[in-house]
Amino acid sequence: MSTGTEPYVDDVVVDDAGQQESFLEVENLRVWFGTPRGMVRAVDGVDLQLRKGETLGVVGESGSGKSVLSRAIMKILAPNARVLDGSRIRLDGVDLATVNPKKNRHLWGVDLSMVFQDPMTSLTPVITVGKQLTETLRYHLDLDAKAARAEAVRLLRLVGIPEPEKRFDQYPHELSGGMRQRVTIALAISCSPKLLIADEPTTALDVTVQHQILNLLRDLQASSGMSMILITHDLGVVAGRTDNIAVMYAGRVVEMAPTRRLFSHMRHPYTRALIDAIPKLDHPSHTRLASIPGRPPTIVDPPPGCSFAARCPSAQDRCTKETPTLVTTPDSERHSAACFFPLGTPEGDVARRRNIEAGVTAAGTPVLSGVTV
Amino acid sequence: MTELVQQRPGPESVTEIEAPLEVFDEHVRPVRRRRDFGALFGVVWIALVALAALLAGVLPIPDPNEVTNSFSAMPSADHLLGTDAIGRDVLSRIIYGARVSMAVAIGATSLSLLIGVTIGMVAGYFRGAADATSSLFVNFMLAFPPLIFLIAVVTALQPGLLTLVVALALVGIPNFARVARANTIAFADREFVTAAKALGARPLRILTRELLVNVMLPILSLALVVMATLVVAEGSLSFLGVGVPPPTPSWGGMLAAGRESLSEEPQLVLVPALFFFLTVFSFNRLGDWARGRVGRESSI
Amino acid sequence: MAGSGTAHLRDEDDIVLSVRNLTVEYVGSRGERVFAVSDVSFDARRGETIGLVGESGCGKSSVAKAVMQLPAPTSGSIVLEGAEIAGVKGAALRRQRRKLQMIFQDPISSLNPLRKVKDIIAEGLRVQGGTSKKEVAARVQSMIERVGLDPDTAADRRPHEFSGGQCQRISIARAMVLDPEVLICDEPVSALDVSVQAQIMNLLEEMKERYQLTMVFIAHDLAVVKNLSDRIVVMYLGKVCEVADADDLFASPAHPYTRALAQSIPEPDPEAQIQEAALSGDLPSPLNPPTGCRFRTRCPLAQEICATDEPEVREVRPGRFAACHFPLDESATDEPPLDASADLDHSAERAVVA
Ligand SMILES: Nc1ncnc2c1ncn2[C@@H]1O[C@H](COP(=O)(O)OP(=O)(O)OP(=O)(O)O)[C@@H](O)[C@H]1O
Ligand SMILES: Nc1ncnc2c1ncn2[C@@H]1O[C@H](COP(=O)(O)OP(=O)(O)OP(=O)(O)O)[C@@H](O)[C@H]1O
Ligand code: SF4
Ligand code: SF4
Ligand SMILES: [Mg+2]
Ligand SMILES: [Mg+2]
Repeated sequence: MSTGTEPYVDDVVVDDAGQQESFLEVENLRVWFGTPRGMVRAVDGVDLQLRKGETLGVVGESGSGKSVLSRAIMKILAPNARVLDGSRIRLDGVDLATVNPKKNRHLWGVDLSMVFQDPMTSLTPVITVGKQLTETLRYHLDLDAKAARAEAVRLLRLVGIPEPEKRFDQYPHELSGGMRQRVTIALAISCSPKLLIADEPTTALDVTVQHQILNLLRDLQASSGMSMILITHDLGVVAGRTDNIAVMYAGRVVEMAPTRRLFSHMRHPYTRALIDAIPKLDHPSHTRLASIPGRPPTIVDPPPGCSFAARCPSAQDRCTKETPTLVTTPDSERHSAACFFPLGTPEGDVARRRNIEAGVTAAGTPVLSGVTV
Repeated sequence: MTELVQQRPGPESVTEIEAPLEVFDEHVRPVRRRRDFGALFGVVWIALVALAALLAGVLPIPDPNEVTNSFSAMPSADHLLGTDAIGRDVLSRIIYGARVSMAVAIGATSLSLLIGVTIGMVAGYFRGAADATSSLFVNFMLAFPPLIFLIAVVTALQPGLLTLVVALALVGIPNFARVARANTIAFADREFVTAAKALGARPLRILTRELLVNVMLPILSLALVVMATLVVAEGSLSFLGVGVPPPTPSWGGMLAAGRESLSEEPQLVLVPALFFFLTVFSFNRLGDWARGRVGRESSI
Repeated sequence: MAGSGTAHLRDEDDIVLSVRNLTVEYVGSRGERVFAVSDVSFDARRGETIGLVGESGCGKSSVAKAVMQLPAPTSGSIVLEGAEIAGVKGAALRRQRRKLQMIFQDPISSLNPLRKVKDIIAEGLRVQGGTSKKEVAARVQSMIERVGLDPDTAADRRPHEFSGGQCQRISIARAMVLDPEVLICDEPVSALDVSVQAQIMNLLEEMKERYQLTMVFIAHDLAVVKNLSDRIVVMYLGKVCEVADADDLFASPAHPYTRALAQSIPEPDPEAQIQEAALSGDLPSPLNPPTGCRFRTRCPLAQEICATDEPEVREVRPGRFAACHFPLDESATDEPPLDASADLDHSAERAVVA
């Protein structure tokens, strides 16, 4: 792995795809939850673009707002959610807020579709796998019973379920976890959605099954040309399987870039920390992991300043007072980061050196001498 | 670029202390607690009845067995709730009668809770023979219509408050045993019980230190509902004349006495009936409220 | 794979824990026998960490629980510091428990929700007895601090006020306060986020060094296991596939199953080559495990002999033990042997694990 942050090089990427129109556009999305403790700012000003046929990876720690973001796009937020004014989600040019709630059912499945972490939440335990599939098909595609059955069997085979005719009459609990997830994927793609959101589709599965499911999603996408959002907390999952990655922290996107660029020119200290915390197979055993000190900040009425400041080895005085916004990096139009002292820039290097020398950041967090510069 | 790999500090280095501990609020539950007026009324009412029963001796009320010569009088300044057919003060009899109801509610329920929870927890934790024996007992108890069982027990033994409490306690045992057993089985599967075993804890310690507190939450909400049932049962027995023997006042006995002149003097039935209703209603509402707080999954 | 055999056991003086021919069978809900662990052996030197990896349902937790005697295994021997503990009961077992402690996967369910943190941690000392009240309090205090929690604020709180990572710290403190010789960790980081996972892994390493602990570390994440272990045991469907030093195992797997596992790991590197289906199908049911080599229904190298003869664990290279008739050599490619028989009907045996 060579994911070190290169110095501030000028390898301006030729943005040939830059002109192509975005298929999904999320603008200043803010979703807050009213709770007895105050307003939980689960998603607090997110901007995203996703082009046709591309895959966007969304990564971040637990509680960073990944699921709320995807639920907001799907329009399936909890009742206590408040989408703030100025938030805009456009799918293929249509503002989703203007879609009549009665027509949501036609949005789901046909335009937008979702795969959840726990396959059991999207499968009804008392109805056979086949019936669940045919019902969806008949509702959306107006097929007769026979055609729906044929199509359902075709879908089950497509997602790699052996002996689909036999599985057709089985109940979800009779299938293994991996098979169940295949069925939910079959359900999700049954009406050829234009956008598939997979919210941690493999977190509950074994590595070998995870590998199969991720490959399946990739193949389905390649053959149908749909766009996909792949949500996970594992940077390893998105590294080889996405075109772009958005890193979320405390309800905001803190860095977004084409995948390869993100790994080679990481700018945000949080992205770096997230990668460094993962144990790597090619490191010798007993390599000490660079853990991120502390834990994510409270998102109930957060104080001003960078939300990562308390845990950031680069934090300076400015970080505790002002909140950085997501800005394009000068060397690539499609790479943006929300940090005053980005890695690999002269000011970022100075900031981190200063903290390492002082042994402590401006936020008072001790910095170990081994921290990556 | 420098090393990605940090040097491991020696064993003497201090572990990084986590950020200052604040209450874990990442997954705030979105429930808004609504004020439950029924339960609030229940608390106030039961507190009043219990207090009155406790202080009956020092309250400025006439002796409940003192006979005056105004028979079946309507409420007046002398007799706030009137008098009964042989001229005794109704309010006083209600308050002294509350002693019986409260003794039953608290005494019999505590006794049956104690025995029922013990049986249920032992059965649920050890399963096997202990479980089989206790289910036999519980099912045997449940097979009797409770009222018939009570009448049989009470008539066979010396009538009196103690007999009544013991008999009612017996009726309550199966309820507690069942809920305690179900909850013990559910919690005994949790890893903290395995962890206690791994530390070498003996069964008695696991039952008392690890399981009891967890089982008691749903049991306490059940206890409120059982109290309501037992108050009704006591009333029924006294009404049938097999409860506390006269002249000791009890609500059920008052109902029974007033029954004969129901058409002419309905207040003699209505007043104890109202107290009865409000008390049972209060226990039930409190029980519902408590069960709602404990969570549905742990009841029965 | 999937073998019995004890060729990989070491005959040395500093073996702290030795597990031989461990078998765990359960009786399922319909009275059927579940072959969760079949003839598994491994040993651990003092201060060594043994990693146990394998897919969900391969019997890792069953091994851990059997070693802990929770409940005792169906058969097999477990020797802790020279003393047999399998089948030991009562006070004798209680004394051994002090030396053998465990950390569980679910940080929330492994702590009693209604007890205070200080009582949870003190429980072991109180149960074992022989420690004065004052000393218990002092040791609990210092253990809370040692696992990275603030003793002043944490001691009197209850588990629900803590995050998953903090709960796992409490679990570690509860086990470590007894100063055990052997610590068994059953997927202690599987329920945690990467950043918290790193904190807990570092903490376990510190604890191990400070207390000269011997560990058995269970996980399904190979990179996690590799990072913490000295020696790794790969399991499949209740059997041992391969045993090797942590640093060698994934670099040159000898067992086809180990290779499939290694190829399935998502590397945080966009340049890394993504393998096509490293392993197809599901784990067969432990109710009716395949004959011969248990991996043969999914093994790309399976031959006829794999269905009839069960491979034993043997030394296939110096220091490398595998249970396979056709172990991969160090420069293994994906090619199956020339006469790979395509006529083995795999699909019929791909029983579904419900
Ligand atoms: N209905 C709700 N009411 C109140 N707060 C909520 C609600 N739903 C989510 N939240 C809060 O919003 C924040 C973001 O939650 P979200 O589920 O999006 O996290 P996530 O990134 O998907 O995490 P994970 O990796 O654990 O799935 C969390 O702090 C969560 O507690
Ligand atoms: N108490 C039990 N009764 C019946 N079968 C059981 C019992 N416990 C475990 N099993 C079965 O034994 C097999 C091994 O289970 P075990 O929990 O040891 O696997 P594991 O490797 O720890 O899996 P995971 O990664 O999911 O924790 C599984 O097939 C499981 O269904
Ligand atoms: S350097 Fe400052 S702005 Fe950038 S991530 Fe760190 S704390 Fe935030
Ligand atoms: S080659 Fe044969 S023995 Fe070796 S793993 Fe495959 S099936 Fe088992
Ligand atoms: Mg989520
Ligand atoms: Mg397990």
